[in-house]
Amino acid sequence: MTKRTRQDSETPDIIESRDFQALFDSLAKQGYRLVGPTVREGVVIIDEIAQVSELPIGYIDEQEKGTYRLTHSSGSAFFGYGLGPHSWKKYLFPPRMRLWQAQRYNGSFAIAADDSTDQEVQPLALIGVRACELAALAIQDRVFMGDYPDPHYKAQREQLFIVAVNCIHPESTCFCTSMNTGPRAAGGFDLALTEVLEADRHYLLTQVGSDAGAKMLEAVPHRPATREEKAAADTLISRAAEHIERSMNTRGLKELLPASAESPHWDAIAARCLACGNCTLVCPTCFCATVEDTTDLTGENAERWRLWDSCFTTEFSYVIGGSVRASVKSRYRQWLTHKLSTWVDQFGTLGCVGCGRCITWCPVEIDITEEVRAIQAQHAAVSDGAGRKKKDAHA
Amino acid sequence: MPRKTKPKLAVWKFASCDGCQLSLLDCEDELLAVADAVEIAYFPEATRASLKGPYDVSLVEGSITTEHDAERIHKVRRASKTLIAIGACATSGGIQALRNFKDVKQFTSVVYATPKYIETLSKSTPIADHVFVDFELRGCPINKMQLVEVISAYLNGRKPNVPRYSVCIECKRRGTPCVMVAHGTPCLGPVTQAGCGALCPLYQRGCFGCYGPSDAPNTRSLSEQWKAMGQTPKDLARAFRTYNAYADAFRKEGDLHEG
Ligand code: SF4
Ligand code: SF4
Ligand code: SF4
Ligand code: SF4
Repeated sequence: MTKRTRQDSETPDIIESRDFQALFDSLAKQGYRLVGPTVREGVVIIDEIAQVSELPIGYIDEQEKGTYRLTHSSGSAFFGYGLGPHSWKKYLFPPRMRLWQAQRYNGSFAIAADDSTDQEVQPLALIGVRACELAALAIQDRVFMGDYPDPHYKAQREQLFIVAVNCIHPESTCFCTSMNTGPRAAGGFDLALTEVLEADRHYLLTQVGSDAGAKMLEAVPHRPATREEKAAADTLISRAAEHIERSMNTRGLKELLPASAESPHWDAIAARCLACGNCTLVCPTCFCATVEDTTDLTGENAERWRLWDSCFTTEFSYVIGGSVRASVKSRYRQWLTHKLSTWVDQFGTLGCVGCGRCITWCPVEIDITEEVRAIQAQHAAVSDGAGRKKKDAHA
Repeated sequence: MPRKTKPKLAVWKFASCDGCQLSLLDCEDELLAVADAVEIAYFPEATRASLKGPYDVSLVEGSITTEHDAERIHKVRRASKTLIAIGACATSGGIQALRNFKDVKQFTSVVYATPKYIETLSKSTPIADHVFVDFELRGCPINKMQLVEVISAYLNGRKPNVPRYSVCIECKRRGTPCVMVAHGTPCLGPVTQAGCGALCPLYQRGCFGCYGPSDAPNTRSLSEQWKAMGQTPKDLARAFRTYNAYADAFRKEGDLHEG
């Protein structure tokens, strides 16, 4: 993706809502498989789509910790809802993937050709990527394309066309403003849209982010935006930023969390946490996988599979003799400390983009922003009091 | 290297509904491979042929509910190199373990015309309460793919890939929207062992706990959440007292809510 000049990004274009399908069509014509938000079982998920009409048009969701409710309104907005449980990582880092298969051969074994097609890399157009999700992609890029690139991830990453959407209806669970990741898409897209829905007009203010984006836009009816149209879109995004309710103070977290390893608050969380792993699996940056080797009954054929894993399972930290993190307390502590502290040592960035998924999809309403605040408060109380005399519980 | 002699497999039945054995029969394609890989030495549900022990692998279905069975299971153990308990009955006592919470004599007096002919133990117990079990495969009924996996693993001398984490992990890998969060439907998935592939949530039902408690079941926290969702203590007691009622974690949680 080549960067466009500043000037380009300052002169957005307008795609009228009735012409939006033309973008879908031209992407398809260029050989892209389109994936984007669509409704399944009362939830906005990400799946294959071909038509604008398959988007959750007119749907609005309400999210709180442990709750998600989707309702249909009479509105006609394409992107009037927030993030659902799926994230784009499922395409770059599939939940289940066969790594190789082998056959017994002359007392040894030979790696056999992979005959599966469902994990084939193909040109993929992601429709409706939010700003925090672009940030999550950038984080996973560091994880999967760093010193030891993951071949599948890298190959698929190079074949993406990204249509971003600026958020104008943040959820109560969002805290992107604390993490500096949203609500406006700052880069890392081919096209970025701001949906403006007025009493008598419905258009998409379109910003070009790459040469591929510029080329694609050529195939869609469009015209330069007026100053008023641009101002209308800008107002919607700034208003969205003002409406973000949750927050997290990240200052000093990198040091605070390891220093709080013995905090009694972990016990309080462990009493509630189910160690179910939902938070890690919905998180767009979590990257852990386990590997399973299988054989068939004859013992002639073997396969190696990679599956999404979570630091909340007992098996995750199993070494000879048992699990290193036998308690739920140690698992929650691992998740939070990795996300907001040791991730920085590993990848030079926090592992959280403030998307709020782990808050919504925790079945027992555990909220990462509340837990961080509780640990901060406890630390402050200890330092204010007799904390000085106490030995630093550095573990 | 191809194996020279086929290992002998036996399938045994104790107090059960036969559903787990049928899972093996249900393996149509795989069954041919099973039949090819092993000599089915004793499997009354499928074949009349019966070969004498010892057996390399014995699959045991059902719980122990009578004096006679409590003795028979020792014979099975002695005749088997590897004994694998299959299904909720064999691993936790099954649905019939509901008797463990009541007086079984009362039942027999109500149900049978001549209760004195009924010889039964006061409790339905899992196989591992009586003999050493090499592996427990959970489920009511078991998942046939997991059964094939376990048989393959034992035949090939490797560890079976049968994880003990929660149903939620399978549910999320599958991309199924969570019924607890999205619809307020009570689900036992977070405290139940995976294995079914998160079947009920796939059909927008809450998990019933067929695979018994997971390896770290925080039943107390889940119960609190269920209550906040409007479930009564009676609902909770019922939810934990089904196919795996006598499994430790579920039994204790059920006891707590029985009023
Ligand atoms: S930790 Fe939670 S809020 Fe942060 S990126 Fe992951 S899912 Fe989103
Ligand atoms: S938080 Fe847990 S699951 Fe997520 S990347 Fe870190 S160790 Fe892996
Ligand atoms: S924090 Fe919530 S979602 Fe995460 S493991 Fe614990 S109970 Fe599950
Ligand atoms: S539907 Fe049930 S099993 Fe699936 S994630 Fe939700 S609580 Fe877990």
